[in-house]
Amino acid sequence: MITLKINDHQVQVKEGTIVLDAAKGLGLNIPTLCNHQDLCVAGNCRVCVVEQKGARTLIASCATPASEGMEIFTNSLKVRNARKHIVELLLSEHRADCTKCYKNQNCELQTLANEYSFGEHIFLDLVAGQPYNIDRSSPSFSKDDSKCIRCQRCVRTCSELQHVSAIAVANKGSHQKISSFHDRPMSHVVCTNCGQCVNRCPTGALTEKTYIDQVWDAIYDPEKHVVVQTAPAVRVALGEDLGYDPGQRVTGKMVSALRQLGFDSVLDTDFTADLTIIEEGTELLTRLRKVLVEGDKKVALPMFTSCSPGWIKFIEHKYPHMLSNLSTCKSPQQMFGALAKTFYAEKRKIDPSKVVSVSIMPCTAKKFEADRPEMRSSGYKDIDFVLTTRELAVMIKQAGIDFRTLEESTYDSFMGASTGAAVIFGATGGVMEAALRTAYEIVTGRSVPFKNLDIIPVRGMQGVKEAAIKIEGTKEEWKFLEGAELKVAIAHGLVNANKLTKAVSTGKASYHFIEIMACPGGCIGGGGQPIPTNIDIRKKRMEAIYVEDTGMPIRKSHENPEIVAIYKEFLVEPNGHKSHELLHTHYQQRESY
Amino acid sequence: MKNKGLSKVDLIFESIDVREVLTKAFAMTSEEIIQQILESGLKGRGGAGFPTGLKWKYTAAEKEPEKYIVCNADEGEPGTFKDREILDKVSYKVYGGMAIAGKAMGAKKGFIYLRGEYRFLLPQLYVELHKFHKLIREIGYDFNIEYRMGSGAYICGEESALFESIEGFRGEPRNKPPYPTTSGLFYKPTSINNVETLVTAIMIMKMGGAEYVKLGTKDSRGSKVFSISGDTPIPGIFELELGMGVQEFVNEFGDGDTKAVQVGGASGFCVPRKKFGETMIGFEGVPTGGSMKLFNSSRSMYNVLHNYLEFFTEESCGQCTPCRVGCQQLLLGIEKVKKGEAKSTYLNELVKLADTMKVASKCGLGQSVGNAFRSIVENFREEVIY
Amino acid sequence: MYHTGNLVKDLAEKHGRKRESLMPILQDIVRKYNYLTDDAMVDVATELDISAAEVYGTASFYTFLDTKPRGKNIIRVCKTITCSMKGKNDIINSIEDILKIKVGETTPDKMFTLLETNCIGWCHKAPAILINDMPYTDLTPETVIDVIKGYMRK
Repeated sequence: MITLKINDHQVQVKEGTIVLDAAKGLGLNIPTLCNHQDLCVAGNCRVCVVEQKGARTLIASCATPASEGMEIFTNSLKVRNARKHIVELLLSEHRADCTKCYKNQNCELQTLANEYSFGEHIFLDLVAGQPYNIDRSSPSFSKDDSKCIRCQRCVRTCSELQHVSAIAVANKGSHQKISSFHDRPMSHVVCTNCGQCVNRCPTGALTEKTYIDQVWDAIYDPEKHVVVQTAPAVRVALGEDLGYDPGQRVTGKMVSALRQLGFDSVLDTDFTADLTIIEEGTELLTRLRKVLVEGDKKVALPMFTSCSPGWIKFIEHKYPHMLSNLSTCKSPQQMFGALAKTFYAEKRKIDPSKVVSVSIMPCTAKKFEADRPEMRSSGYKDIDFVLTTRELAVMIKQAGIDFRTLEESTYDSFMGASTGAAVIFGATGGVMEAALRTAYEIVTGRSVPFKNLDIIPVRGMQGVKEAAIKIEGTKEEWKFLEGAELKVAIAHGLVNANKLTKAVSTGKASYHFIEIMACPGGCIGGGGQPIPTNIDIRKKRMEAIYVEDTGMPIRKSHENPEIVAIYKEFLVEPNGHKSHELLHTHYQQRESY
Repeated sequence: MKNKGLSKVDLIFESIDVREVLTKAFAMTSEEIIQQILESGLKGRGGAGFPTGLKWKYTAAEKEPEKYIVCNADEGEPGTFKDREILDKVSYKVYGGMAIAGKAMGAKKGFIYLRGEYRFLLPQLYVELHKFHKLIREIGYDFNIEYRMGSGAYICGEESALFESIEGFRGEPRNKPPYPTTSGLFYKPTSINNVETLVTAIMIMKMGGAEYVKLGTKDSRGSKVFSISGDTPIPGIFELELGMGVQEFVNEFGDGDTKAVQVGGASGFCVPRKKFGETMIGFEGVPTGGSMKLFNSSRSMYNVLHNYLEFFTEESCGQCTPCRVGCQQLLLGIEKVKKGEAKSTYLNELVKLADTMKVASKCGLGQSVGNAFRSIVENFREEVIY
Repeated sequence: MYHTGNLVKDLAEKHGRKRESLMPILQDIVRKYNYLTDDAMVDVATELDISAAEVYGTASFYTFLDTKPRGKNIIRVCKTITCSMKGKNDIINSIEDILKIKVGETTPDKMFTLLETNCIGWCHKAPAILINDMPYTDLTPETVIDVIKGYMRK
């Protein structure tokens, strides 16, 4: 243990504790900017500087470990003067158009300015009159260099958490900036659109591309029939942007709010999540049969899941030779879009050209996914607009809805019913668990041998998880799997996706089925979720997902009556002709930069 | 103030029998070598002035077996050109100094980080290095030196930025602690020393620390190589005993009309004529890595300050707020004041900003900008404003 | 523009494929071609298994690792205080006159690029310039023309 003094109060901390945390232990909040719980220490913004008795300069409290006998002052005159200057300097290189900025009232620089530096500007405006660049090339997010304060959180996120490094710090001195490869538009480089950088940007430099106005236009257009689908991870996080603590399930109120906003039909992505399980489970079993029984060398194993568009773009750029390992199933969002303008429109007797399909997603990559040219199986753009969880909260506020006092309501049918297996798609390991609950039963006729259907080994925040399920007592047609051990793996966060994919690619790992989610924690940690994010918040959201699952009356995808119905009425059989037309897709090789 | 006056010394460029000195040094223990350096009172000759003996002692004390000696040949401080001369004339002494440092600390590997602007020296440096490696093998000591080149970045002269550059990254200084003696190149214990420091070290091994300490003053032991330029009839490289005042210096090197001396380059202090008599050149007064620039009355100190601020604005690595933005503010600020677009009292705000940069910047570059800024604005206020 | 061909592979064989090999590899490419093309940087990224943005971010930090096309002979005129005091502007004017380009530009035949640079360590023989790796010092507006003409003849 180390003893030190902070503001003349003595405190004892474990060895290795940084001054910032030591102060927090005493209830003293030192402001920070470049520091983020998910990332390594940077120590470059200098906002967190404090005075150390006997030291020549101020020290960065986020980067300095406490040492025996240290005497720290967090609010001395020297510190206050320095901090005020630093905030002023940051403001002088930031194009502040707060009244028009998407991050207004949720901007860390605004908060700092309000706490430390209100009043007249001290220094000269360095950005006024200067040309600036806003990269709007990606359908998922915008990069506004004029608002960047160079904390490098985005660079560290893209490098450490996601192992993509689509952006890096370039040049030096007054020309230093955050840049893609040779300043190319973000849509033309390896960026996967995962939005993790957007989640961590303290200002409005990185924000999602919003489509709120377009959705309002569609809702107000009397000619249009607007359907909305909501992803599983949205219902456990939406509340955070509407005054709730993290981990609150607001499903019922969310549905009511969507109705009040004016959507013609409030439906659930969870429905097509169940559908994905049927299609993908069948695809997996078919691949296993082809490899194990027919000895078909052309069939690729392991099979990777394909519902995470950030992951899809990642593998297209980085491991293009492994595209045939990807499941050909579309994501639940896209399956929904294709069905909305065919099955749904037919059944509701609505002209499909008048259907506008909107999705609420915890994700920014879904905006890119909706724009992929092949996503037009219905004959129209299958998904017209994707809104993030954050954008939905904005719409609810814009409509003046008092979310807290809303009554709970339920989704419309059809394409609104779902199961516990569907809702767990939102958490890392959830797709795997849902798939196992169905596949195991298809093969053996029995439920998975886990108490309460909770397949614990695939759950949790560990970066790469593995499990092996022994298959015994198979039905006659699945005899070839008798006694086999189904080896599965799960990775979340692209840094772990990379580890796993590399191991498979170099022959160092052998699995049959792998679930990959681009975002840390899975979709609950998605690039479109409420800001801020940290491991505790993501854990709480994840807990809520599993509570939601346990509370559902039906917990296996194949038992969803609407799923049974859609096959009977429309799709005929899993992986059949209709499914391939509407619910399956293909991928493309992309450049390495 | 009592000072020693100006006297020329010839240690650095003196020819020596390096085989003899190395053999003598390798016969000593690590403690004995370090003791000599400590006794000599040698402080780093690159500008920062950390006691060399202590640096070697701390590195020697680390248990980690993989250690490095790094020679900082990234001489980039404006007005400094003495390391180039040293490498050109006596590179074998640099190599010898590194080998002795290696022996003292238990480092088997040395790197020389040479600035890209001196690449033209490489062919001859390699010839000498080849000879040195042969000699070392003959003496029977396991030590190897490699060159790593810079590519045009002043900040890579900062010790941790230099490590980053060798490791293949942008030259962005690291957080300290930990310090290089604990965690330096490749995050291993490293002693990073200036070219001149290493040559001085080998001379100290030859003459003994007790001899060296007779030169100089209590806080600035020994002699130093100065690179002198500007308004002087005799620009060049001179080795002088430490302890002279600025007045003695100007008497010898001035052109009769010296109005200011910039001691320590753009990161140093500008000493105005009225303070020549009371200012010592050394660690007790104004320290320098060797750069000495003389300005006569024809020069505009505004131009001088503007030139320095432009330099820093370009060469800052850009990672920390006080330096990246502060340098731009200081530069733009004096321009606005000069044009009359800002009140002259704005200079007072800028001086306060320079003080903030001194205490809040992440590394020595940002921390030193204020030296020149304050000393020029305070002593030549009229020239800066009008 | 130039084609890297096997150059980057060969350099990776020579210097290794670790992160610390990045600087020597980029430096060797620049020594041969005077600047880095996008293709060259992508090749390096592939050989060293790092992202192209990382290679660009590192290269762009260093003044001498140009990512903009440069001519066969890069003239860097020192603009720091002593060279500035001793007439660097006249040197630049002289070069601009004979080459018919301004600072930052490259001659149409791609033989010369004219740039300014910070202190190159020849203050006692100011004004000074570098042409590629070679320093030229104690220059006057006339002698610098002779130096340039020497390069024109090569």
